[in-house]
Amino acid sequence: MATSFSATLPLHGSQENRLLLPPIRLAPPPSSFLGSTRSLTIPSSRRLYHAHAARRSPVVGVQEVVKEKKVTNSLVLCILITKEEGLVLYEDMILGRSFEDMCAQMYYRGKMFGFVHLYNGQEAVSTGFIKLLTQSDSVVSTYRDHVHALSKGVSARAVMSELFGKVTGCCRGQGGSMHMFSKEHNMLGGFAFIGEGIPVATGAAFTSKYKREVLKQDCEDVTVAFFGDGTCNNGQFYECLNMAALYKLPIIFVVENNLWAIGMSHLRSTSDPEIWKKGPAFGMPGVHVDGMDVLKVREVAKEAVTRARRGEGPTLVECETYRFRGHSLADPDELRDAAEKAKYAARDPITALKKYLVENKLANEGELKTIEKKIDELVEEAVEFADASPQPGRSQLLENVFADPKGFGIGPDGRYRCEDPKFTEGTAQV
Amino acid sequence: MAARIHGGAATALSTFNPKKLVAPSRTNLPAAARSSKRCIVAGGGSDASKKSLSVRHSQKLIANAAVATKAETSATTGTGHELLLFEALQEGLEEEMDRDPHVCVMGEDVGHYGGSYKVTKGLADKFGDLRVLDTPICENAFTGMGIGAAMTGLRPVIEGMNMGFLLLAFNQISNNCGMLHYTSGGQFTIPVVIRGPGGVGRQLGAEHSQRLESYFQSIPGIQMVACSTPYNAKGLMKAAIRSENPVILFEHVLLYNLKEKIPDEEYICNLEEAEMVRPGEHITILTYSRMRYHVMQAAKTLVNKGYDPEVIDIRSLKPFDLYTIGNSVKKTHRVLIVEECMRTGGIGASLTAAINENFHDYLDAPVMCLSSQDVPTPYAGTLEEWTVVQPAQIVTAVEQLCQ
Repeated sequence: MATSFSATLPLHGSQENRLLLPPIRLAPPPSSFLGSTRSLTIPSSRRLYHAHAARRSPVVGVQEVVKEKKVTNSLVLCILITKEEGLVLYEDMILGRSFEDMCAQMYYRGKMFGFVHLYNGQEAVSTGFIKLLTQSDSVVSTYRDHVHALSKGVSARAVMSELFGKVTGCCRGQGGSMHMFSKEHNMLGGFAFIGEGIPVATGAAFTSKYKREVLKQDCEDVTVAFFGDGTCNNGQFYECLNMAALYKLPIIFVVENNLWAIGMSHLRSTSDPEIWKKGPAFGMPGVHVDGMDVLKVREVAKEAVTRARRGEGPTLVECETYRFRGHSLADPDELRDAAEKAKYAARDPITALKKYLVENKLANEGELKTIEKKIDELVEEAVEFADASPQPGRSQLLENVFADPKGFGIGPDGRYRCEDPKFTEGTAQV
Repeated sequence: MAARIHGGAATALSTFNPKKLVAPSRTNLPAAARSSKRCIVAGGGSDASKKSLSVRHSQKLIANAAVATKAETSATTGTGHELLLFEALQEGLEEEMDRDPHVCVMGEDVGHYGGSYKVTKGLADKFGDLRVLDTPICENAFTGMGIGAAMTGLRPVIEGMNMGFLLLAFNQISNNCGMLHYTSGGQFTIPVVIRGPGGVGRQLGAEHSQRLESYFQSIPGIQMVACSTPYNAKGLMKAAIRSENPVILFEHVLLYNLKEKIPDEEYICNLEEAEMVRPGEHITILTYSRMRYHVMQAAKTLVNKGYDPEVIDIRSLKPFDLYTIGNSVKKTHRVLIVEECMRTGGIGASLTAAINENFHDYLDAPVMCLSSQDVPTPYAGTLEEWTVVQPAQIVTAVEQLCQ
């Protein structure tokens, strides 16, 4: 029987960049989308956005909550998370940071090679989104994927071993830094070319919809696709925004706008640098959020994920964030202004969350220190494990090229090449 | 070392016109019984001066040993049903979609329009708009979408309206389709089928006349097959859909109206095997897709001249079936490759290398490869004819090799 797709969402907010959707009524706390009221300031100041949202939106930032003890709106919640949630978020961000710092150390000690792209400074985005997902939800990332994998549940051991190129890595050492996959945790990669993961994410969301509508299964899985500001000038991004909105796929497009694509400033490469605006052009809500604030990200993420689960379609979320290190460990990072780096360093998401937790009596310093210590040990143990793991043997060379190794064909002797004993030794001629 | 002769100025032969083509019957009947079956091959070889492309030539032939065919199934019921190649593809696709609800189709105009070559006709009505998805014109994105869907449990059949359009999807086909099983350490499988018509058609112009098999053949992790008859079209389609590997199925624009009788019972063709079209003793002719028919046409002429060519449709472009090919080489000691691919870096080039590497000792003469000219396919009919290999060139090449 034919199912038809409804028309795209009515386009909103062309006159002002305010609310891009009418407020969604949810079980408490009710909140509306953070309509972006950002105005573009002149590039020389290097300050893209400044928030006007605090007044209008019931979702406020960490800093504002700390400053304003008085609640003006009865719908506003002063404290956005419970203690347990807070500690989970904190631990996840600390894990991301410690892991990446250890990666840098290991790289300079010659334990891992190639291109390694670290996530320091952007933890709020990964934690804010992924900690809301279930195991069966999918995450698709780019080459800056270590922390996405960790947040999704892939063990630090597996990721570290993969980076060391060992057999015990999550991809048996065959993928490396830029290809973190986990079937168990539905981490769909890890892609080296920018933009090529977005269609894959669209496909995963398509499967979700297919399961619901064709296979009649109960499927509420959503897909979150992470990518950067540079990717937003790539055709694959736009093609997928179109299809996701057209088919109302349960997907969230998360732009980690850290303002730089290696050495190319976002402002120098993009005609209209406000990426969130591109959502409504395709018929989906576009939201801008402060990506250095995990609680803000989490609130936006909740909305977007709920929308997707309810079958209302995709959302484009632009997170303003920053990477504290260079593009990769090979990048000297000379182009970025020291003042800009300092400004964002002062907005370190981990420090901010720590301050929030302590000042709102959700946790004390001792508990947070315990978490930090635990994570330190975990990361150390991961390194030891990776060090002790064996490297792949020759026999692994030809494995996994094909799911069905008959694909290597029939050899001159009439047998399938994969039946050749030399094949398992990795020395067969293929 | 291989001597290569490509389509030069040939004596003008009527270009092969498949409109009224009936493929040689595949049945296993003895020659006497077969004489009652008609085998019509368009483009009579004797009338060399006529080269109008729109005039349909047909020549009734009594099927004889010149076009003996190999039966693939062990027994035929004798009933079977006759259909055109595109209908065979559709039948295969429909049967697989009935069998497994995870099989879906995506591509441009596959749904409501029924496919630009009618391969998916009627499927959207039967299975719905989501299972037979009309995509926007974004090859890279919808191919990637198919790959993502395959990784998460579906079995998409992705159609390129013309194979040439898949150049836009090269990123996804090479990086994701071919590689993700490996880079994920075997965690994710990508059981997609990427299919579409390619090859030189009837004055379609350069960009619509491309042969992408040469561009894709280096991608590790994918398999490539080319169908040439309704029988193997259906069989390969079904096998490709059932395979856990990503498979690229090459169809040919001019072969969609081939008619043949195929079995009623279910069958699939082996993806890795070549097809023996005509056993022989003097020379091995390796071919695939449309060139199979040029070769068979030349074979008639050759038989009349006293040669006994062995014709093998390699079908599996990647990997090569070196067993069937090798056995043939060991028997005849002479190899001629006839392909529509470009001369440079084409399937023939790889096949020549593979044969030389594996069967050098068995060769009495260098492997000869007839390929298309390294030229963007011209629009003009005369020029177009000269870019592809014609039967007369095949005859000349065989004569040369068999001296």
